[in-house]
Amino acid sequence: MKNKYDIIVVGGGPAGSTAARFAAEQGVSVLILEKDRDIGYPVRCGEAVSMAGLEEFIEPDPRWIAGEITSFSFIAPDKTQIDIPFEGKGCILERKIFDYELANVAAQKGADILTKSYVNGLKFDDGNIVGVKYEYQGEQKEVDCKIVIAADGVESRVGRWAGLKTHSDFRDMESGIQVTASGVNVDENTCYFYWGNIYAPQGYLWIFPKGNGIANIGLAITGDIGKKRSALSYLNEFMDNHYPNASILTQIVGGIPFTPTLEKIVAPGIMLVGDAARQINPLSGGGIISGMIGGSIAGKVAGEAINKNNLDMISEYEKKWHARLGKRHEMFNRIKNGIYKLSNEKYNSIAHSLKKLPPDKISLGNVAKAAVLNKPSLLLDVAKTFFNN
Amino acid sequence: MIEVLPNKCDFCGCCVGVCPEDAIELKESEISIIEDLCTNCSKCIWSCPIEVLKFNPNGVGGTHDEK
Repeated sequence: MKNKYDIIVVGGGPAGSTAARFAAEQGVSVLILEKDRDIGYPVRCGEAVSMAGLEEFIEPDPRWIAGEITSFSFIAPDKTQIDIPFEGKGCILERKIFDYELANVAAQKGADILTKSYVNGLKFDDGNIVGVKYEYQGEQKEVDCKIVIAADGVESRVGRWAGLKTHSDFRDMESGIQVTASGVNVDENTCYFYWGNIYAPQGYLWIFPKGNGIANIGLAITGDIGKKRSALSYLNEFMDNHYPNASILTQIVGGIPFTPTLEKIVAPGIMLVGDAARQINPLSGGGIISGMIGGSIAGKVAGEAINKNNLDMISEYEKKWHARLGKRHEMFNRIKNGIYKLSNEKYNSIAHSLKKLPPDKISLGNVAKAAVLNKPSLLLDVAKTFFNN
Repeated sequence: MIEVLPNKCDFCGCCVGVCPEDAIELKESEISIIEDLCTNCSKCIWSCPIEVLKFNPNGVGGTHDEK
């Protein structure tokens, strides 16, 4: 640990570790500061990703893959179930181990990592960012740098200290809750999605199997719904009705900003990545791969800027992000606005019209083309985007 | 004023992510409201997945507008 780095990454999740890795690969000095005791823990995630998305960054490893996904199942409020084979392949991660490995890769490329380091301010000199302030083992400390990469998750406070607007409207923030439960009898290669007001109004409920009868069962609702009833009470009701005998291995909660990317994710001396930049796919709520993509672009651009001694170059990150995924997320957000507030009846009628198709025609691609009535294609877009960043 | 029930809190940061005033301090397993910054807008209460935050009407008054 030095007292000066080229780049400091705040937060050791997938976006932060990936940013650190791509920067360190270019020979610049990088430090990751993580506020928690452990990288990768506590997990706040449904843990579903596409295999193709992963492979861009890391060789899939059975040590951190809990299960493989080959189909989706949509369940409407009246229990009509639509099964759709997945054209690609997905997997359910073991995030604790996965995040550890991503940080390990960053470390192997040369990044330093310090856990239990709570960043609580930026250090300025003449208005320019020159480092970060952090608390470590009860002591207030500082460390200098040329560029800060804020990967501080849904809280996204670091960007605010640099003058960026990072907070999300409560109506766009999905409040998520999930249990990992044992004794859940579902197909171990299928991801289940429950739609409708009875399960998770303005959101959805998911069951992602992790093998051996274990599954992540979670849901998310917006703050607008949370005014009247909490995510916790919706999940309790579902568990009581569907899995009263399941044992709960863990319960986690978290905020998922279902929004397009922040308007500004770069300012002089600072870049925002991952959840902090709101790089989550606003339709599916998936943020692992998209955060890693954001992190990789930011890390690469930051490393180049340091090497060329031209810090203004970091503004290129924003353009590159929008070209790669940001623009697509804006489209996904429009689709989300079209479907997340449908009534139970509407979800039922969409499911019924899909059900009329012959089973061999129910593939993501074919159904999207064939089913125009009720716009069921929109629901299918949801499925596709789950495993497409 | 808004209060946190620290024993119920999971320290997930959802409330921090919706706070327009940056009025919530969140460490690994400590949370507090910065009263000087808090406007009692209640967005944190609505966003909490597990009912950790609550409004205490006996505290300082504030606006409840949805901006």
